[in-house]
Amino acid sequence: MMKTPALLPALVLLLPALSCAEPLARVTFIPQWVPQAQFAGYYVACDKGIYARHGLDVTVLRGGPESPPSELLERGAAHFGTMFLTTGIIKRASGVPVVNIAQVVQRSSFMLVAKKSSGILKPADMNNRTVGVWGPEFQALAGIFFRRHGLSVTTVPQSATLNLFFMDGVAVASAMLYNEYHTMLNAGYDPEELSVFSFHDLGIDVPEDGIYCLEATYRTDPERCRRFASASLEGWTYAFDHPEEALDIVLRHASAAHVATNRVHQRWMLHRMRDLIASPGSRLAPGILSETAFADVVAELRTGGLIGSTPAFSEFFVGCRLP
Amino acid sequence: MIRNAGIAAKLIILILLSTMTIFTVAFTYNYAVSKRIVLKKVKNDAGNLTLATVYRIESVMTSVASVPNNMAGILESRSHSRDELNALLRSVIEHNSSIYGSAIAFEPYAFDPDRYYFAPYACRDNGKPKLLFLGDTYRYPSWDWYQIPRETHQAVWTEPYYDEGGGDIIMATYAVPFYRHRDGQRQCIGVVTADLSLLWLQDIISAVSIYTTGYAFLISANGTIVTHPDRNLIMHESIFSIAEARNDQGLRTVGRDMVRRGRGFVPITDFYSGKKAWMYYAALPSAGWSIGVVIPEDELLADLRILTNKVFIIGLAGFLVLVIVIAFIAGTITRPLRTLARTTIEIARGNLDIELPEWPSNDEIGQLSRSFENMKTALKDYIANLAETTAAKERIESELKIAATIQRSFLPKRFPPFPERTEFELYATLEPAKEVGGDLYDFFMLDDEHLFFSIGDVSGKGVPAALFMAVTKTLMKGLAAPGLPPHEVLARVNAELCIDNESSMFATVICAVLNLKTGRVAYSNAGHNPPLLLKRNRPPAWLALPPGIVLGGLDAAHYTTAEIILDPGDMLLLYTDGVTEAMDTRRQLYSEQRLITVAAEASRTSPRNMVSCILDSVQRHSAGEPQSDDITILSVLYKGAAT
Repeated sequence: MMKTPALLPALVLLLPALSCAEPLARVTFIPQWVPQAQFAGYYVACDKGIYARHGLDVTVLRGGPESPPSELLERGAAHFGTMFLTTGIIKRASGVPVVNIAQVVQRSSFMLVAKKSSGILKPADMNNRTVGVWGPEFQALAGIFFRRHGLSVTTVPQSATLNLFFMDGVAVASAMLYNEYHTMLNAGYDPEELSVFSFHDLGIDVPEDGIYCLEATYRTDPERCRRFASASLEGWTYAFDHPEEALDIVLRHASAAHVATNRVHQRWMLHRMRDLIASPGSRLAPGILSETAFADVVAELRTGGLIGSTPAFSEFFVGCRLP
Repeated sequence: MIRNAGIAAKLIILILLSTMTIFTVAFTYNYAVSKRIVLKKVKNDAGNLTLATVYRIESVMTSVASVPNNMAGILESRSHSRDELNALLRSVIEHNSSIYGSAIAFEPYAFDPDRYYFAPYACRDNGKPKLLFLGDTYRYPSWDWYQIPRETHQAVWTEPYYDEGGGDIIMATYAVPFYRHRDGQRQCIGVVTADLSLLWLQDIISAVSIYTTGYAFLISANGTIVTHPDRNLIMHESIFSIAEARNDQGLRTVGRDMVRRGRGFVPITDFYSGKKAWMYYAALPSAGWSIGVVIPEDELLADLRILTNKVFIIGLAGFLVLVIVIAFIAGTITRPLRTLARTTIEIARGNLDIELPEWPSNDEIGQLSRSFENMKTALKDYIANLAETTAAKERIESELKIAATIQRSFLPKRFPPFPERTEFELYATLEPAKEVGGDLYDFFMLDDEHLFFSIGDVSGKGVPAALFMAVTKTLMKGLAAPGLPPHEVLARVNAELCIDNESSMFATVICAVLNLKTGRVAYSNAGHNPPLLLKRNRPPAWLALPPGIVLGGLDAAHYTTAEIILDPGDMLLLYTDGVTEAMDTRRQLYSEQRLITVAAEASRTSPRNMVSCILDSVQRHSAGEPQSDDITILSVLYKGAAT
């Protein structure tokens, strides 16, 4: 099995000194979607006692379309949550005082997918068509694409399923390479039947999942935040080194949440997450947010009018910096 | 290998191979055709069962679907108050036992401009209708049951889903969009639904039974397993995820046809049992879901397998019987052949008394056996004859040897014969062609002054010739007397020989008398070759012979005596036709010419030299060829009267 050395430098930097005598700090964590291998690192860190070893008693809340992390963080319903970088910046700019404590995914796996049978073969074909997009976080991302290609589209909120897309309720669907794309394949669509617009390939390579908390949470106990980030990355390392065990854990959580999924799908997802987080060619070690990438995303979001003010990098990212 | 095998092995191998080939072809063809017939019947059975099940499910779903369809009509007819809507929902639950819940969900602000969400929902709670309002934490506009009919403007069956509140109950919702005309436009203002628990559907599907372990399953429009004997698959796996997990491209292909509402009867690897199976599948028309009926191949082909096994066993038994029969037949052929072969070896060793096996039938083996018997008898007779003949031949040969010894003892063999006589020298030799020859020579003194010498050749060879020669020589010696001229000697010998000469044998003879004082030679000839006269310092010349026929040919034959005078140093050379007619390897005769040439070159000082010189020359000429006739040479050298 391949080890994942890419995670190690970040881990060492983030590793806090722990006192065993201290009672576990109870914290809650909200992933930005339903239980699945996209969050394998967190579930593994929780179930394998990695958080506990870092002095944390973590409750993983059930994510989904009903529970956007930004809202739960803002409400104080969760201490930590994962969000896309775009979401984080938008929230910060709109006055929600969130800070990024670790940027886990350094590249984009977001894509727009259409059935070739619908006549969409290139971006221009999407003009005046309906596009299913998830919440505002993803709309920000899709907006970059639409603006870049001068497209006028009708966006329809995309639910937790792709059924609207399958039933031709929308011509284009949002998809993550690690999740919905595989769901399409396993609904009987062959890759050659689909037009795929991968944002990574199109150069809109926006870093995705990062760990966030409220600035206040961070101010109160920065050490606890560092421990959470560090333990989460350690959870990822463990998950990549023990994929089948990680899948068992993920599937247990998915089953408890009545998420209709299966091992094949979660294995695909875990492998794609590994490509995203721990691939040898990765730009940056997980946990670190590049100031350049941050500036690029901010510029795109300003162009799209999605943010009015520009959050300062030093205030936004409180995780480990590049030396 | 087979070349070295015995006839029995060859017969068994070749006949069995041919029979096996025929049997295998017939067997395979029979199996293939039977399988096709069985599959055709199974396809019909499975198809009927599947379609009957589709019809049963479809009738329930159609009746459920009719409720929201009617409700949509009611809702579009006019605006309703909150209480009216509640009453409508309550009535739906009360009057439709198969409907688990029903909602009338409005577009944001569509029912009440002050309310974002308005969606009354009635469901069954311990048999009684219970009324709820959706919204707030349940953002229904982004749920499939609301969004899909709203966006597609079609009534739809949603994908089956787990009921949020009801635990493990799988539900599907039939959702119908309803519209109202506002500002001249037909606007969607909400969706009315009926929830259907799929428990009954699971009952119907699990009741499907075909053969022993044949079963049915149902997949949704996306391929998700909705009902299946393996509960772990339900709602978690799709036919495509199973295909991916099992790396079964065939299953994926079948799945694609199923979700496209196809119908078919295909071979698959059953993902439940892992065994080869056949599946009939057909779609539910309203929802686009698909039912598959799976029958393990070993079950549907069980009868065929049993039949096949029996036929195989019968075939195998038949092969065994065939082997035994062939071995028996081959044995009846090869056993006598082997016995004959052994007997032949014995016969070859010379044991002709061995008994040949009796073969009662008159087939090829019997004929061969009798031929061997005849051959053995013939060989035995032949060998007996041969022994007799050989014995006789040996006896004759032995007698001939004795005869030859006797014959040679007739001839004077002491040379020089008269060492005290200085008037002449004489030498003679006889090289017999066979053990007993027909040539003769002789010489003796008639008195003190006269030397008698002769040479002859009897017709034929062997014992009769030898006997005739012996008689001729004896007569000649007995009848020759001083003063009797040579022709008289010949005439008398002839007369004696002609008496009772029933074998018609004859002899050629020259006899001569040499007067040692004068050198005068009187000679007479009875059909013999002319001798050579070698006068001193002159080339050889043929001696002129007086006429005279062979001895024993005619009793009244007349002979004449001629005379020549020999000077001292002159030589006479007498010979038989064995010299001139000796043949070389090319069958060329030695010839008189060669004789003259050789005699001319030879030294005339001694008769012995002359004779041996000519004999050498003849033997060189006929080197390598068997001698065909006796060779006899006699030479007399006159040296003049004694002083």
